[in-house]
Order: sequence, then C-alpha cells, then structure tokens
Amino acid sequence: MAERCAVIGVGQTHHKAKRDDVSIAGLVREAAKMALADADLTWTDIDAVVIGKAPDMFEGNMMPELYLAPALGAVGKPMFRVHTAGSVGGSTALVAAHLISSGIHKRVLTVAYEKQSDSDAMWALSVPQPFAAPLLAGAGGYFAPHIRAYMRRSGAPEYIGRMVAVKDRRNAMRNPYAHLHIADIDMKMVEESMMLWDPLRYLEACPSSDGAAAMVLSSEDALSGQYPPAWIHGMAMRSEPTMFAGRDQVNPRAGRDCSADVYAQAGITDPRRQIDVAEVYVPFSWYEPMWLENLGFCDLGDGWKLTESGATAFDGDIPWNTSGGVLSSNPIGASGMLRFLEVAMQVRGQAGEHQIGGARVALGQAYGGGSQFFSMWVVGSDKP
Amino acid sequence: MSAVAGRRTPRPVSIASFAQARNVRRDDEHNEVEMLMPVVAEVFGTIGITKDDIDFICSGSTDYLIGGPFSFVTALDAVGVWPPKSESHVEMDGAWALYEAWVLLQEGEIDAALVYCFGRSSPGNLNEILALQLDPYYVAPLWPDPVSLAALQARALIDAGKATEADFAAIASRSRRDALDNPKAQVANDIPAEKLLEDEYIVSPLRRHALPPITDGVAAIVLAAGDKARQWSKPVWITGLDHRIETHSLGARDLTSSPSTARAAEGAGVSDGPIDVAEIHAPFAHQEIILKEALGLDETVVVNPSGGPLAANPLMSAGLIRIGEAATRISSGRAHRAVAHATSGPCLQQNLVCVLEGE
Repeated sequence: MAERCAVIGVGQTHHKAKRDDVSIAGLVREAAKMALADADLTWTDIDAVVIGKAPDMFEGNMMPELYLAPALGAVGKPMFRVHTAGSVGGSTALVAAHLISSGIHKRVLTVAYEKQSDSDAMWALSVPQPFAAPLLAGAGGYFAPHIRAYMRRSGAPEYIGRMVAVKDRRNAMRNPYAHLHIADIDMKMVEESMMLWDPLRYLEACPSSDGAAAMVLSSEDALSGQYPPAWIHGMAMRSEPTMFAGRDQVNPRAGRDCSADVYAQAGITDPRRQIDVAEVYVPFSWYEPMWLENLGFCDLGDGWKLTESGATAFDGDIPWNTSGGVLSSNPIGASGMLRFLEVAMQVRGQAGEHQIGGARVALGQAYGGGSQFFSMWVVGSDKP
Repeated sequence: MSAVAGRRTPRPVSIASFAQARNVRRDDEHNEVEMLMPVVAEVFGTIGITKDDIDFICSGSTDYLIGGPFSFVTALDAVGVWPPKSESHVEMDGAWALYEAWVLLQEGEIDAALVYCFGRSSPGNLNEILALQLDPYYVAPLWPDPVSLAALQARALIDAGKATEADFAAIASRSRRDALDNPKAQVANDIPAEKLLEDEYIVSPLRRHALPPITDGVAAIVLAAGDKARQWSKPVWITGLDHRIETHSLGARDLTSSPSTARAAEGAGVSDGPIDVAEIHAPFAHQEIILKEALGLDETVVVNPSGGPLAANPLMSAGLIRIGEAATRISSGRAHRAVAHATSGPCLQQNLVCVLEGE
C-alpha cells in the first residue's frame, strides 16, 4: 500500500526576465536552499533529488542534471531527471512524491527551473522537423486556433480573456516572487496591447522568465518544518497523442481523465464546492475558462460565465491562480511546479498576502505539449 | 535495496518481456516512431498482451539526438495512447525510465508498465553533442569530446597500475567475439587481441577497438507484478534496483574508480548472492575494468555475453538493453542470478545497478 506523503518545505526564486546575477546552478540553489530552510533541514537530510525542466535546448545544455548534481547536494545520492513538456514541473513533483509513497525514501528534494534568458524559447520551439509542417510561431501560435474554437463553441464574449489577464496580474501584486508586477493593469491596457496571435494580445500571454521552484517532500515519519505539512490527497498524470482525427484539443480527454483520477483519490465529487483554491496552468488568458470546464468546475460551455461572475477572482468562491499564475511568472520548466507549490503554501497557511483564509483543500494542475500531457495533485491540511 | 539494513524489501517485479531493434550504424529509412513501432509490437506480442493491459508507460530519450525539442512527444505515437494513459518521460537512459516505472509498481496499486527508449545517433555529430553535457560555463566552451575524456580516464587507469592497453584489447576482442551469437549486434567479429593492438590510436591510449560503435537503436521492456508476472511469462524478478550520481567536476573525481556504482551495487544487494552473469554498460573497453571492481565481481562472472556496448551502443537505450539482455540470460535458463548496469554522463558520472533473479 502507498505511504502517506507531504510537502514540508517550499522555495522559489524571484522570477525575472533575466537573472544574470546567478548561474543556472545558482538559480536552482536559491530555490532549493529556501525549501530546505522552510523544512528545517540541510542538504545531508535529503535521500534523493528529482529535477525537471522543459527542453534542454532552451539553455543549450544537454541533460543539465549531470552538471547540477553537486550544486543540489546530490553527490552520492540518486538523482533523477524528468521531462514531460510544459507539464514537467508538475510531473517532477509527482515522480518525487512516488519515491516517498512507494516507501523507498523518507525525504526527497524536488527542483524545477528554466533560465529562458539563456536562449530564445520561441526559436527552440520552432526548430524545423523532418516531414512536419513548420509552425514557426511558438506556443501562442499553436494554441490561438484552439482558443478561437472555444470561443465559437461556447459563445464566450471577447473580453473574457482580458478579464483573466487583469485578474491574474492583480493577484501577482500580492506575490513578491512574481515576475510581472503591473500595478495599473486594467481592461483597457490589455485591450490596447499589441495583437500577437489573434485573439491573444501581448498582455494575455505569459512572460519569458528565469526562475526555479523547489519542494521538500517527506514521509509521515520524517515530518519537520516551519509550517504544518501539506498532505498529498491525490496525484495523477495522463497523456494522449498530439494528433489524430476527432481529437478534441479544446477539451482534451487526458485532462478530464486525469482530474477524474485525482478527484477519486481525494474523495472530491463536487470540485467547485470542495476545492478551496486552485492553481491551474493558464499561459494564455483563455485557458482559464477552458480548464474550468475540463476540470469539472462547471458544465461544458459555462467556464467563461464563472470567470465573468468573479468566482475565480481572489475574493471569489473558487480563487484560481492566487499567485498570479503562469501569466505573471513563466520559467517554463518550473511553471508546473510553481502551481503545485502555491497550493501547498495555501493549505500550509504560508502564502502571506496571497493567502486564501481557511484554505484546506487545493488543486494544482499543469499541462504541456499540444494540450496532451497533464499532471495534477490535490493537497490538503488534513491527513488523508 | 535489500542489502541495506533497515530498508524495505521491494515488491517483486518481473521483466516480463524485452525487445530491441537490430542495432545499426545508420538507419536512414525510419524515424524514431517507425523504429519503435515493431519493437513495441514485439514486446507486447511475445507475451500476448496489448497496450490495454498496461497501467503506466515511461520512456527515456534526449532531445539533443534529434536536434529538436520534445522528441519524446511524437515517439508516444509508437504506442498509440488512446484512450489516454498514465505516462511519463525521463531525459535519461531507458534504464532510469524502468526505475520510475518500478517505483510506481512498488506502491502495489498497478501491476504492469511499458518502458521504452530510443537513441538515433546518426543524424548528428556525437563528439559535438556530448560536449554539451558538460558544465556550460567552464568546460563545455572548450568542447572536450567524449572520446578524449574517456582517454583521460583510461590513462589514469594505466598510470595507477590497474590495467594495460592489452587488457583493453582483450575486452574488445572478447566482446565482439561474443557478439557473433547476438543477431541484434552491430559490430561482431573474431579478431585476437594481439591483432587489435596493431590499431592506430584514436586518442591515446585508446585505439579504435576500445571505442563503442555509433549506433541507431531502440528497446522496450514490459514490467509485471502480482498475478500478471506469472501469467505473462516465466518470471525474472528484479530483486534490487538503485542508482547514484557523482560530482560533475572531473578534476574532483578519482576516475579509476566508480564509487557511485559501488554505492548502487550495495543498495541493490549485488553481494547478497553469487552472480552468474553481468551485463555492464561500459561504452569504452577500460570502463569494464573499473565497473567490475565497483560491482565486486570476480573472475567467475560471465561479463557481457551479448557483446555489450562495444558491440552496439545506442545512446539512451544501451542501459535498458543491458537489463533486457541479463533478463534474457535468466529466462533462457543460462543464468540464475544476474546484475545489469547502466551509466550516464562523462566518465561514468551516474550509474544504475539492477539485480535480477530467476526462480
């Protein structure tokens, strides 16, 4: 039987467009040391290190975990490297959690990062492949048609995307680690920003960030730390192919199956009522209403109505992306882990200005590839 | 795990099936998906199952071989994950993908996993690509190639009095002679060691025979636990599995030893019983000497009867193939207890050890 597993330490860097004050090793250590301090532990207390990041081409280092082993105190220990596209930050946390829940280790350090300023993600995502149509448009170019399809299906008005962009950036004002702090953001500023990929405007897209996230995960008999543990109540991954006839890229089945699995483990039958706060991977504004439907927070076609009603706002009944989300900080490889980390902070009561009062059950979600890789966890303040 | 006091006894997991492509210098006719498809079909077909019998999938590969991001994404089409599957990927050799799947099987909630990996080295220049594995600030800008780094290690071994160039030639001669019995091998021949010593140096003290071939290859394994382990095949149990890493800084390491392998061998319980066969991922001939010592193997152990990485060395796959080859020796009744080893990084920086046992 699986052992209980909890988050006992979290750490993250100040995310910025360029962290040219640190090397890659310095960046990951900044987050890892903070997580260790939060857990009241040192490097020697850690049994294994699990690291994740998005494509190696983003920095130009092949399998950089080899170079990072000493910087993360992994020498003499197992070190593991995960790469599952945009969902990688979440999957990395799950691989680390399984090392605990399988009973193999007691304390695992998990780290995810991206130093986007070392190269150009847009270029790295657009390398021509043999026998494949060149996209040359980065992630936004890939997802914009799916957003158009969602708008057509649901009849959502154009301004919904702008509402999400404003809401998440306002949340980011509460988070000292967020990359973007746009104090005077409003609907007009978003509407007047440059059109990038119709219907997405500049301020409806995620930034390119340098940053890292880290967590210390522990078994039940090795708990420590400054705050109460965030217990893992459920965790799941799902993948589906990029392309085949009839695939629904707007509301992918892998996302629905993944949430059904994680809810079943956590005993959640009514996500909107039972989940107090959620951090969901929204790199482009419209993915909030799309994922509201995919994650079962409402009926099909109603996601935009929840956003419009203010339900997902900081003072709404299901606050989404209280940290500011991917729209405010996007160190790609770490973006998924930041979702998982933020919900752990919420149920541990350590989120400061962006703390939702009384948060006890929280959902973290990450997705990647062509909306085809999903990883999720539900954490809670109560022992499962 | 079993050798370490206080550690848990792992849930028995069996290597239910293993398949690999014929290893070749250059497969120009197939992309990664096309190379994988027949291997995935074979790994299922030999035990009469389909993807629907699999609870979890994990793959191992590196984007740098294909020269584009997300090479594992399309590779998933070789399995056809519809309906969606629980699935993960490591930017590591398939042996570590097997480790992730084994960890999940330990929880007892799932019973079957598919592990696959692919490494097609021919499209690029490995000497340049592997230099990008090194410290990006202080080492990679010098573009040290993997053969030169291995030569430093071989020289250190000779200087320490632990081996001679004749030993390297003997290992290469034996490996490629054994490979004559392996239909999947890329380089198989019967050339006496004395003759090999007439080769020119590539980088002194390494002559051509001490280097691995450059290989395009893919492999897959099905892991099974619980009732499925017995239903699907005669079980070959994983009785221990561990992996460890060393520092990246070559100057801070004693290159003539492999403490991470020794540590992983202890964790996997290699010395808990006699070993009949070892499949060792030693891409360069001299590394077999270092690894045999770290694994604590004596002269009675048959090493790399498949020919090992000197007969075929598909990157990201050669480690998983060691596990598959060792399992095959047990399932065919030629061995009872075997150790398989996988490595990653410059000069054996990271190592995995797997102990397998028949019934």
